[in-house]
Amino acid sequence: MSAVAAQGLSTHSPTSRVLDVNGLDVRLGRFHLLHDVTFSIDRGERVGLIGESGSGKSLTSLAMLGLLPDEARVAGSIRLAGVTYDLVGARERDLAAVRGRDVAMVFQEPMTALNPTMRVGDQVAEVITVHSGRAGPDRRAARARAVELLDQVGLPDPGDAAKAYPHQLSGGQRQRVVLAIALANDPSLLVCDEPTTALDVTVQARVLDLIVRGVAARDAAMLFITHDLSVVATVCERVLVMYGGRIVEAGSVSEVFRRPRHRYTQGLLAASDLDSAPPAGRLPTIRGTVPSAGAFPDGCVFRSRCDHATERCATVPPWTGPGPGEGFACYHPADEERA
Amino acid sequence: MSAEPLPRPVGAMGVGPEPARPSRRPGASFFVGAGLVALVVLMALVSFVWTPHDPTFVDASARLRPIGDPDYPLGTDKFGRDVLSQILVGARTTLFVGLVAVGVAGLVGVPLGIVAAMAPRRIGEPLMRGIDLLLAFPALLLAIMFSAVYGGSTLVAMVAIGIASVPSFVRVVRSGSLQVMSTEYVLAARAAGRGPGAIGLHHVLPNVSGLVIVQASVSFAIAVLAEAALSFLGFGTPPPTPSWGRMLQESQELLFAAPRLAIVPGVAIALAVLGFNLLGDGLRDHYDPRMEDRR
Repeated sequence: MSAVAAQGLSTHSPTSRVLDVNGLDVRLGRFHLLHDVTFSIDRGERVGLIGESGSGKSLTSLAMLGLLPDEARVAGSIRLAGVTYDLVGARERDLAAVRGRDVAMVFQEPMTALNPTMRVGDQVAEVITVHSGRAGPDRRAARARAVELLDQVGLPDPGDAAKAYPHQLSGGQRQRVVLAIALANDPSLLVCDEPTTALDVTVQARVLDLIVRGVAARDAAMLFITHDLSVVATVCERVLVMYGGRIVEAGSVSEVFRRPRHRYTQGLLAASDLDSAPPAGRLPTIRGTVPSAGAFPDGCVFRSRCDHATERCATVPPWTGPGPGEGFACYHPADEERA
Repeated sequence: MSAEPLPRPVGAMGVGPEPARPSRRPGASFFVGAGLVALVVLMALVSFVWTPHDPTFVDASARLRPIGDPDYPLGTDKFGRDVLSQILVGARTTLFVGLVAVGVAGLVGVPLGIVAAMAPRRIGEPLMRGIDLLLAFPALLLAIMFSAVYGGSTLVAMVAIGIASVPSFVRVVRSGSLQVMSTEYVLAARAAGRGPGAIGLHHVLPNVSGLVIVQASVSFAIAVLAEAALSFLGFGTPPPTPSWGRMLQESQELLFAAPRLAIVPGVAIALAVLGFNLLGDGLRDHYDPRMEDRR
């Protein structure tokens, strides 16, 4: 089928690879929103995807589920373990069969991610029955399984909670329900799009713990999208840094956070580093703002905001590193002298 | 001072089982409207078990009795038929026409509105233009056409009025559905692998039901008025079935001699229509998304 995907699979152990994204490229109207996004996730691996608003994180996550708008022109390939076809260009019917079964998603806003007119237990049960076909559990069994799942995500009194409507639950409780829905069919890949951004800090830690446990219990892969670097540090093993629709740096969390190479990563980390900030001063910021879609410069997308940019940056910097999972795309990387 | 217990914060957030949905009580218009509608329903129900006289019995000895007559509290018409009995039985007709018209409009309009919102543009847009075309037809003209083709009966007239009310249902439901389709829970349902049919039925329909109820009560009022107008023109309920509209028509020639024959059914129609409109307004206030408490 796709020679590129086949090659990508053959260089790694094919049994453990869950997700293989190769050269994903998305255009919407005259905007080129994602450029050549390539990464892969193995079974049991937790990968963070970080970047500012407008960098293409959420778009990448929607692409994993084939939920991009119909008008989007998509190139490249997205291969998922256990799915024989490429998610890019697949028919809607085939995509629907994959969604919720092989890949599931936890959404950002627990307040809006649940149907206000439906009992939460039914919303969990709905996802169980939709993929099990005629031979699957009947309504009663699905409901019992829903209560079990709600118990797993730590809802007190899961039996009563299943009968509640979303507005009767708190934000943290609703996010647990959303997580239960996502985990209902034991997906091999869980995509989390800023799942704790809308929650209190105290609730956040608890929900993160539940997500990591749920994923670990299923030996699933996880793609965790956030702009909160501390969350990535706690939850993920590897990290992808995105800016302007490109992955600009990738590597293990300890490596990237300790020794960022791309100037954007460096700026992002400096902007959240409370230790090195002057005691009474301000945190350093990245100058300027993220350009709006379509207004990114050619060449290195970050050069309009980078202090180190030179004429050379007008051409797209090549990827430096042993593979798509580790490296950076910058002509003037930080820490060059030490390297 | 310090020993004094702190006052409980008013409206503390996230408390107990109190739903986040607005617990606002419906306003006065809701209650007045519901009362008037209940009165019409009561009249119709009573007419099944009891009327003062046979509403169609022609009593030549008791023609044109005035209001307040001991035997005929609302008087009699030119044939000597009891006006009160006719009003009571006429309430049945009124409710029947409303149910038929709203039923037709809702059964056709609600699914069409949801489809128009969910379908891709190349299907949704032509559908809406077709609906606009239907909107250009005056409802009464459509009903008269139907009566001319299929013969005059209450049912035919009301099916026509129902069809003429379809566009308003489609438009209201479509705009509500578009809003629902852009919510994250619909995206979440798609992300869970649900197909468009299930999303329309389980996620969109329940969330636009408030709008449908409001539209139904308004269309009900329009249908009642239309039936009266059609009966007045002679295209509606054929005799001898009592109908408020036809009572109005029959009072025409005696408008100056016995204006009460026009006033009584006129007031009945006005109150029924007012009732359904107020009920619709009250429900609209209750379901208006702009008034929804977003916390």
